[in-house]
Amino acid sequence: VTGRKPADPRITWDTLSEGLWRNNPVFVMLLGMCPVLAVTNSAINALAMGLATTFVLLASGLLVSLIRNHVPRQVRIATYIIIIATFVTMVDYAIQAISLDLYNALGAFIQLIVVNCIILGRAEAFASRHRPLKALVNALGMGAGFTFALLCLGSVRELLGAGSLFGVDLFGPRFEPWVVMILPPGGFIVLGVWLLLFEWLKQRHQVPGKAATAQERT
Amino acid sequence: MSDAQAQLEPMPATPVRTMFAVLMGVAMLAGFLVVATFQLTGPMIEENQRLATEAAVLRVIPGAVTQRDFVLGEEVPHLATGAEPARATHVYAGYDAQGALLGIAARGAAQGYAELVHLLYGYVPACQCIRGIKVLKLAETPGLGDKILTDPAFLANFDALDARLKDDGSGLAHPIETVKHGTKSSPWEIDAISGATISSKAVGRALNASADRLLPRVLPHLEVLARISHRGGEMIAPGFRFTRDFLTERNTRLYFRGKNIPCGFKDQARARHPGEKCGLEAGAPSSAEEGSP
Repeated sequence: VTGRKPADPRITWDTLSEGLWRNNPVFVMLLGMCPVLAVTNSAINALAMGLATTFVLLASGLLVSLIRNHVPRQVRIATYIIIIATFVTMVDYAIQAISLDLYNALGAFIQLIVVNCIILGRAEAFASRHRPLKALVNALGMGAGFTFALLCLGSVRELLGAGSLFGVDLFGPRFEPWVVMILPPGGFIVLGVWLLLFEWLKQRHQVPGKAATAQERT
Repeated sequence: MSDAQAQLEPMPATPVRTMFAVLMGVAMLAGFLVVATFQLTGPMIEENQRLATEAAVLRVIPGAVTQRDFVLGEEVPHLATGAEPARATHVYAGYDAQGALLGIAARGAAQGYAELVHLLYGYVPACQCIRGIKVLKLAETPGLGDKILTDPAFLANFDALDARLKDDGSGLAHPIETVKHGTKSSPWEIDAISGATISSKAVGRALNASADRLLPRVLPHLEVLARISHRGGEMIAPGFRFTRDFLTERNTRLYFRGKNIPCGFKDQARARHPGEKCGLEAGAPSSAEEGSP
């Protein structure tokens, strides 16, 4: 239907690791900031959101890739949105069936996975151009990268804001929680610090010869 | 539609039929998947909600180990059958192990800072007071408004919150009110959390509105709630709720071997061994250990 040139069919390490590091959806592409900031006030919320998003990424990536040669260009976005919304609805029911507490904690953000730009972005930029297996591998990497990033934020925010990790009290009763960390400003602050750290690591990685001097300076 | 098609047809790049077919196909697949998931998870979600409500009811009525779900009718409350309209008003009755009515629980809701705060509260007729609340759903600010879930000083308000009715039974004698932190002076006042005043006030308003409207309708019929617990054969011991049919069956058999027949299963027990009594009088305590699961 479309006149795209065939993509490289090989699955390399980079297909998987792209989402984990080089193009991490949160720390590099800065996509999907809405759930990143909103549901990372505890590690368990972050993990659940990451897993839900990963499932939608995998399922929609597979389906989009399977029907990629049959979807006319003009309706491709509409098709992707229907597919993504379907899987999000399934996740929504599944979480309600697994735990109502978790469902209440995640609130409207489960439904909002539909408009998470990572998923539509991967469907459009990757799944619709590659064969199913490769699309799956890439979606898995992206999902893992997203989950990792959410956990990075969620664990720091829960640790500082509530003194616990995955609900386990770590610091004892004498620790005074920094409530600001589980409030919205805490999300921005922690994200900013993580971005700073990743950018610094990336720069060091790019110029290996200057790593030593960079370290001296800091 | 035909106009649009006529306009579009000269352009070779627009495959209307394919577009239509693909969208139809995808939409049908989507519908199938959503309905299949809904059918699959529906009973589990319902069971989760039932268990959550049940656990909440047992928590807000101190000492209760079993509960029954009643629907408030025109005249007297009757047992819920699951076929009520969604807007029906439910009252949950909590009983102790012997089946005596300890208190009732009902839902209330009021506007909080972000959204409605939904809660369940337990009313104990013996002290004419509210002895426990459990917030069921809220969207208050994390770290501030959601302190109403955890703050021990705030929850202590509901150890015995006065909710007696007027002498003619038409409403609360003293409206339940949330007062500024540290100024609580009467047993029907709620001491607000400083920094979460709006959420605290929502709790007070929810309790006041619900108790004022509901208690006058329920309290005259308390003996109905008390009677049904003895008559009904469905009282299930706590812990055996989840897969009730299988466990009830198995435990009835197990308990019987040890001759320690729990009262919760007495109907099944009577059917097997007519004339036997339930509870501790039925067997020696030593046999209870090997008999209980």
